[in-house]
Amino acid sequence: MTVFAFYLFSLSAIVGGLFTVISRNPVHSVLWLILAFLSSAGLFVLLGAEFVAMLLVIVYVGAVAVLFLFVVMMLDVDFAELRAGMAKYMPLALLIGLVFQMELGMAFGVWETSELAASQLTAPVPADMQNTAALGVLIYDRYFLLFQLAGLILLVAMIGAIVLTLRHRTDVKRQNVLAQMWRDPAKALELKDVKPGQGL
Amino acid sequence: MADFFSNTGLGIALVIVGQILLVLVPLLVALAFLMYMDRKVWAAVQMRRGPNVVGVFGVLQSFADFLKYIVKEVVFPAGADKAVFLLAPMISLVMAFIAWAVIPFNDGWVISDINVAILYVFAISSLEVYGVIMGGWASNSKYPFLGSLRSAAQMISYEVSIGLIIIGVIISTGSMNLTDIVHAQDGAGLLSWYWLPHFPMVFLFFISALAETNRPPFDLPEAESELVAGYQVEYSATPFLLFMIGELTAVVLMCALVSLLFFGGWLSPIPGLPDGILWMVAKMVFFFFIFAMVKAITPRYRYDQLMRLGWKVFLPFSLVWVVFVSFAAKFGWFWGVFTRWTTGV
Repeated sequence: MTVFAFYLFSLSAIVGGLFTVISRNPVHSVLWLILAFLSSAGLFVLLGAEFVAMLLVIVYVGAVAVLFLFVVMMLDVDFAELRAGMAKYMPLALLIGLVFQMELGMAFGVWETSELAASQLTAPVPADMQNTAALGVLIYDRYFLLFQLAGLILLVAMIGAIVLTLRHRTDVKRQNVLAQMWRDPAKALELKDVKPGQGL
Repeated sequence: MADFFSNTGLGIALVIVGQILLVLVPLLVALAFLMYMDRKVWAAVQMRRGPNVVGVFGVLQSFADFLKYIVKEVVFPAGADKAVFLLAPMISLVMAFIAWAVIPFNDGWVISDINVAILYVFAISSLEVYGVIMGGWASNSKYPFLGSLRSAAQMISYEVSIGLIIIGVIISTGSMNLTDIVHAQDGAGLLSWYWLPHFPMVFLFFISALAETNRPPFDLPEAESELVAGYQVEYSATPFLLFMIGELTAVVLMCALVSLLFFGGWLSPIPGLPDGILWMVAKMVFFFFIFAMVKAITPRYRYDQLMRLGWKVFLPFSLVWVVFVSFAAKFGWFWGVFTRWTTGV
């Protein structure tokens, strides 16, 4: 059963990846990419790492890919033009691909799998601990400083992006929500008794 | 016989299929009546009669609608991306239903009792946005597209605050399993449920749930008055029905989540009375009633107000709350009401 699920998820991950590259419509590409993400999440579940699988789905599929899709749907990119140079670069791409294939093949040819590795395919976490807790111990205990450092780098990157794109324009009207909410109806409205035919 | 169902692959598969049907069939039937209830409540608030023709007091209205939708012709707009156009409502429906796999209706009455149940529900509800985006894009039409863009932004924004609120509950419980979360609320009936210690978060969660499921007052993706009906404009017949069922199922799922996370699931409110599935169902129906009332009595939010509420009010508030709950749980403040760790660390 597990083996069947493994081949199903791997196959759909590979098919998803393949169609991400060769699909003509960029929106379809992103949708195939989502299939690849979901299949990888399935593979994580098979490994017993359900926490990582859920994070993959929440972060990548639920947020990152939505933003991809958002951008790709809005952009008006002429992909026919981008593909025009394809024939010219194809031989080079094939050559690089071939080299990769051969290297992988050579590496795999001398690969020896130990009995221990084969037996641990589905059980990377200790049995007495849920893998969420195991991950928590690693991140917040053993590698606490490194993890915080990574978070700090992300924070700096975020602040950098905000600073780079922040512009103060003085020629546009802005809403001040607090000022709007604290307005006093008595001061905002003035009732006048207008006599017919006279106006104000 | 028992051996066949517990040991052979086919037997186990049959048992799982049976369990799934046992959840899905009552759920679908209940949906039909909840739809009717939704419309009746709405009508009563507006002093109308609501559906009253099909069956006694119109109770069979949803079944009549169902028949009408499935016998109609499916219309494809010109230039629509057919595959994605058909895939969108299916995704919407499937995502709404698979989340029920981890929802416990009673102690042990759950299809799949996984460790990360609440994260699973959260992940699935974050996938629901795809039905809307794909439907809006594949229709090849302006209004659906605008509706789907709004929806993408709205659902992602409110997911963030829902996630943080859930983290507060997880920290209190020390587990992500929904059954554990309910067990942690066991004790002095009504008063030991999480709504008391996590009081402000109940409201934040409920409001975020309204936004996440595109219910009024946050139904901007379909805003009839501006976008006709948003991403559903080009849909007809069965695909439209799938969207409707998917949306309603997501709403009922949110009702189930509110009951499980803050109102003790199947636990009885008064100590001494037996716990059971009836409490769970009663709580879900009650929250569905509140959903219907909110739909009837609130005006629609403006889009920029919606975004401001999500990012500038809910997000900081729930973030501060997570920090507060972490301290309260760790150091056992307030007589330890935030510390209900049932499982090992």
